[in-house]
Amino acid sequence: MPSDTHTIKGLKLVSPPLLYAVLLLAGPLGMILLFSFLPQPDNPTEATFTLSNYAEAFNDPIYPELLRRSLLISGAVTVVTVLLAFPIAYFISFHVSPRHKSLWLFLITIPFWTSYLIRVFLWKVILGFNGVVNSSLMGLGLIETPLQFILYNPTAVVITLAHAFAPFAILPIFVALEKIDRSLLEASRDLGENRLTTFIRVTLPLAMPGVLASILIVFIPTVGDYVTPEQVGGPGGTMIANMIQLQFMRLDNQPMGATLSVLTMASVTVIALILLVLNRPFLRTQR
Amino acid sequence: MTMITLQGVEKHYGDYHALRGINLDIQAGEFFSLLGPSGCGKTTLLRTIAGFEDVTDGTVTIDGQPMANVPANRRPTNMVFQSYAIFPHLNVAQNVAFGLRRRKDLNAAARNTLVEDALDMVGLDGYGKRAAHALSGGQRQRVALARALILKPKVLLLDEPLSALDKKLREQMQSELRRLQRQVGITFILVTHDQEEALIMSDRIAVMFEGQIAQLADPQTLYRRPISRQVGEFIGVMNILPAEVKIAVGARIAVDVAGLGPVMLTPDQCPAGAKTGQTHVGIRPETMAIAFENDTDTGNLIDGQVEEVAYYGDMTYYDVRLQNIERPVTISMKNLVGRHVLQRGEKTKVRWDERSLVLFKQ
Amino acid sequence: MSGRSLRIYAFVYLVFLYAPIALLPIFAFNDGTIIAFPLQGGTTRWFTELFAARSTALHESVINSLIVASITAVFSTLLGICAARAATRYRFPAQRGIMGLIMLPLVLPEIIVAVSLLIVFMNVGLGISLWTVIMGHVLICTPFCIAILNSSFQNLDPAIEEAAHDLGETQWNTFRLITLPLVMPGIISSLLISFTISLDEFIIAFFLSGTDPTLPVYLWSQLRFPQRLPVVMALGTILVVLSILILILAETMRRYGLRRAGLKDKGGFL
Ligand SMILES: Nc1ncnc2c1ncn2[C@@H]1O[C@H](COP(=O)(O)OP(=O)(O)O)[C@@H](O)[C@H]1O
Ligand SMILES: [Mg+2]
Repeated sequence: MPSDTHTIKGLKLVSPPLLYAVLLLAGPLGMILLFSFLPQPDNPTEATFTLSNYAEAFNDPIYPELLRRSLLISGAVTVVTVLLAFPIAYFISFHVSPRHKSLWLFLITIPFWTSYLIRVFLWKVILGFNGVVNSSLMGLGLIETPLQFILYNPTAVVITLAHAFAPFAILPIFVALEKIDRSLLEASRDLGENRLTTFIRVTLPLAMPGVLASILIVFIPTVGDYVTPEQVGGPGGTMIANMIQLQFMRLDNQPMGATLSVLTMASVTVIALILLVLNRPFLRTQR
Repeated sequence: MTMITLQGVEKHYGDYHALRGINLDIQAGEFFSLLGPSGCGKTTLLRTIAGFEDVTDGTVTIDGQPMANVPANRRPTNMVFQSYAIFPHLNVAQNVAFGLRRRKDLNAAARNTLVEDALDMVGLDGYGKRAAHALSGGQRQRVALARALILKPKVLLLDEPLSALDKKLREQMQSELRRLQRQVGITFILVTHDQEEALIMSDRIAVMFEGQIAQLADPQTLYRRPISRQVGEFIGVMNILPAEVKIAVGARIAVDVAGLGPVMLTPDQCPAGAKTGQTHVGIRPETMAIAFENDTDTGNLIDGQVEEVAYYGDMTYYDVRLQNIERPVTISMKNLVGRHVLQRGEKTKVRWDERSLVLFKQ
Repeated sequence: MSGRSLRIYAFVYLVFLYAPIALLPIFAFNDGTIIAFPLQGGTTRWFTELFAARSTALHESVINSLIVASITAVFSTLLGICAARAATRYRFPAQRGIMGLIMLPLVLPEIIVAVSLLIVFMNVGLGISLWTVIMGHVLICTPFCIAILNSSFQNLDPAIEEAAHDLGETQWNTFRLITLPLVMPGIISSLLISFTISLDEFIIAFFLSGTDPTLPVYLWSQLRFPQRLPVVMALGTILVVLSILILILAETMRRYGLRRAGLKDKGGFL
């Protein structure tokens, strides 16, 4: 193909999805940014643009606390999910015969495609006062009274989200592990490393891009999760998304909601960038 | 009759200059090869003829028609792709019949006959119902050939069609392709990086380096009289010796090879406009010989010492260090009955014939 | 870790993954209004209740969801085809940036997508309706469609299309006769996957659905009324079975596509 018409064809073809993303993604995100500088409805000032929303967001103790808690809970969810996921990805990539790999991947993705709401609710059933865990433990005589600490707190949020995002964490790591040329591992053994040191010096560094991808793909959406904290979080497990929802739907305070959304996005972006920078040495080794 | 004319063809990919001023005439019914190392622009040139790449500058003419605004589907050329590009969702017969879809003059029976004939021609009779992905590499290659030839193109373009086959099959397909070309009489343009393949199959060969045609000649001329050191070393093995042109007066040219005293060369051994001064000459391994005591040939003799011996069964290749010459020369000898193979380190005499020298441009 | 202990770990992990889903049918057939142990014996009345005339709100929400999911599937697959084709076949300026923007919803908290659309729709006077839900769903489904379709288009040897063109077909006929049949399995699995995502999506639908709730929004409202929960369990059971069937269909299509293109299987979707 001639390079000029080639370029034009490519641009023409990509323009419908691009236009859609500009109109319904870039535009609205810009709008949120704009709204975060507008005065709140109950506080009419003459100024058209104001920083007072940001001032309030930093000064009122509840907002920084919620954001901090959201980031901490998401961080914990991410660590737990990725740590639990890595051995599974490793198992499927290295110990499952090629014929059965897609069956395993299939098994892992199925729960993800069943109603998220119902799954979250079922965790409530499992962890609840008369739930599966408590009734089994009492049935076995291990405890006298039901455990209270497993529902309506951050731990419940972490467990539920770790479950919800399992396939998102497994797949990128699996893909990275699959890409590793097996002869590299043999070369490492040949050069005198044992299985453990081969894993640490060869497998893990080469799998890092996948680990990073799964960290980001779990961390970013969970920061803004709304359903799980509402259902199983209790008062101590409420997160920033619940506050954003409150501002928009109950208090009709769009500027404050927008400000919190901007701050959430900003913190997520900063953390993602820090992670990317820290992982640069691993990302560069990729061809 | 000229089938294809390329005039001043240039191709740029952004900053990359892939074809540089290609001028070429290809005759009707000719088996023509484009030979060169990978990345030199052979595929690009073939695709400008097929109509998959527009030229940045210059003209392509096929059978007298300028091709400037003619898309690939309306050019009288068909292509055998390097990957064969067999349609995976169609069976063999459907693949072969693909291009006949627009031939409204054909009824189903006539179409089937054409397909069967085409399959017959490439030795795949009875394979029509096979699924495309159940074929071996060699069979895919034949389907690709039948699919292109059934349309009776004026020119068949082949992009490294044999490079994916193993050695035995490749050699068999080489002679089969040659036979097929004679049978159908269509102009074939073959792209290859395999110099042996080009020599075996072609009527004429264009050797390309870095987007330019370095030499265009028939196989014998190309092998015996390469125009430059680069062409000579790309095709077969070429020993390069330092030389000095002592006399260059019209057709009379005398060179001193490695200080062994002057020898006379004929004009076809020399580039146009050879001048006196330092240069290089080339000589092929099989035109030099180890001088065994019992052979009676005459010629120039030099003393040397065997440095390496490579025994090939039918042949032995020697690297021999000659007096006054820095790089050892390679000499190939047939392993005739009663001829013994020299050992490393043995002293010997080497015979060479000045008629097999080529003088390169200074 | 040895293969043995890894295998044991993997099975434990599968139990963790499937534990909630395994409970669904248990409570759906449990003859008790409280979702808790001990069980009360079997019944199918929750399923009967589902289909009873009383449950019109539920039936309406199911219909809403089916409409939203179908339209979303078609539009996001169409947009996905354009983007995947452009990204795999052509090089154009700012390609990474453009594709990055289109794929961005994949790594954006859904609540952000939801509230940003809400602000726009409320302030340009569009109001909110099932159509605004569809717009939001197309936005988040398109990246998934692109991911699926990318691999279909990538598996397509460009020489195959060139061969059709070379054998005399026009660009459009080449697309119709060669490209489309070869990527059709990818298109079908993209339709199915985006349908499933849209059917299950809650947050965007919650923010943007206005007076017509989709099924998840309706479910959410029901989770507050304990006496409605067994019916929700029955509904959930049906949904799980349906999702699994759709998924098996999508996976079968994907493998069929690979086989047809003469390729080896390299793993699941995503
Ligand atoms: N579409 C393209 N865009 C940019 N560069 C290209 C393109 N096609 C080929 N090239 C470059 O042009 C040069 C010649 O390529 P090609 O004709 O395929 O070589 P050959 O067939 O001789 O191996 C190569 O260096 C290649 O990288
Ligand atoms: Mg090539």
